[in-house]
Amino acid sequence: MPQPIDSVKGFAVTFRQLFKKPITQQYPEFKRPMYPRFRGRHRLHRHQDGLEKCVGCSLCAAACPADCIRVVAAENTPDNRVSPGERYARIYEINMSRCIFCGYCELACPFDAITLGNEFEISEYSRDDLIYTKDMLLAEPIKRVPVADPDLYDTPIPYYKASS
Amino acid sequence: MNNGEPWWISLIKAAIIVNLVMLAFAYTTWLERKLLGRLQLRYGPNRAGPFGLLQPIADLIKLIRKESFFPAAARDSVYIVAPVIALFTALAAFAVIPFGAGWQIWHYHVNGEIANVSIGLILIFALGSVGVYGAIVGGWASESKFSLLGSMRTCAQLVSYEVSLALSVLGVVLMGQSLNLVEIVNKQGATIWFFIPQLAGMFVFFFAVIAETSRPPFDLPEADTELVAGYHTEYGGMRWGLFQTAEYINMITLSALAVTLFFAGWHGPWAPLGPVWFLLKVFVLVSILIWVRASVPRLRYDQLMSFGWKVLLPIATINAVITALLVVWVD
Repeated sequence: MPQPIDSVKGFAVTFRQLFKKPITQQYPEFKRPMYPRFRGRHRLHRHQDGLEKCVGCSLCAAACPADCIRVVAAENTPDNRVSPGERYARIYEINMSRCIFCGYCELACPFDAITLGNEFEISEYSRDDLIYTKDMLLAEPIKRVPVADPDLYDTPIPYYKASS
Repeated sequence: MNNGEPWWISLIKAAIIVNLVMLAFAYTTWLERKLLGRLQLRYGPNRAGPFGLLQPIADLIKLIRKESFFPAAARDSVYIVAPVIALFTALAAFAVIPFGAGWQIWHYHVNGEIANVSIGLILIFALGSVGVYGAIVGGWASESKFSLLGSMRTCAQLVSYEVSLALSVLGVVLMGQSLNLVEIVNKQGATIWFFIPQLAGMFVFFFAVIAETSRPPFDLPEADTELVAGYHTEYGGMRWGLFQTAEYINMITLSALAVTLFFAGWHGPWAPLGPVWFLLKVFVLVSILIWVRASVPRLRYDQLMSFGWKVLLPIATINAVITALLVVWVD
């Protein structure tokens, strides 16, 4: 059965909202802090002495369920030493348009060379621009997002993220 | 019936009114999104221009530049003509609605309406019925079973509620003793605004208007969330835009008709402002329609039909009969 009185009450409820401030967060002006463990854009890391942590083992590519990582390794030579190991990644590419940000690559990496950062504003107008090369991944991200204070959350930060 | 007004003044007025109605349509979409947003604790459009005021223009440019998708199986000419029918009838209905008392400009008399038709009310309903063809033909010509089902759903709703819509104004016609909208407005200015004696008729008219313009809670023709549009599923770009335009202009036209029939058109309670009162009343009615959209959930289809036939139609009929008896008895 219809409830005429209750329907009229509903009109009062919606009318009252007119005098309240909208709760919308205006995104580009207001950026909500990301959780510290949020998985965003990848980064490759270096050792303190400047050598790359990545040794070109391709374990990340093997672990990747989206098959978006491409690693081509080359031998380190005395006059061209890139990583401390026997080999280094001559080509290291991540296709960001395929990546699902699952974080398996950082779990698979034996040297914590690749981690997932907090940046998520990585849209591009062209798919070609979404293929990140080794130089891009080694460099600091261009856009940074605010990250919430880790002390606010009691979940421990895993070792492979804390070191980055 | 044109009070010595030269024919070319009507043409100029028609051009002005068509453009004003289109402008009103554009900003009704803005008002709807803005007001609906505030009623739901959102901001609504606020990026394009100050307060999002350029949003309708941005939407128009987007729709026009969009690819005009054309289903391979569609019947060409009919498919293209359907949205035009819908828009034309919606726009044409505004021609007989009086918006002012008439003015003396230089030595020409300018009437407060485009065409002073002696059966203006019937003309509006006739145009509304022709407008249903836009929905029927559009759904059929798309050559898609879902569009066809959608257009059947739409037609059943529009045709059922047209009955109540027409019956609800019968009381007004009896009290105004005319089908001419100008005379009805003048009668209200001389006696009493008809929404007081015709309260039941006004409510029936209002519900029927919501259903006729297929707005929530009677928006079964579209039902964005569960049915994903109906007769215009296969339309895209500006062709879809024309259907949408027709719907919003119908909303404005029927609000204007409600103002004319129940709220004395351009007559105000005190100051003789003419068209300003008219615009103000239409604005309030359109805002109420938006408020209804924000407040009431969509009906089920059987509820929609039983409400139309078992609630609105008896009330409208009884209202008309009682009004007729009273009018005869008073005379």
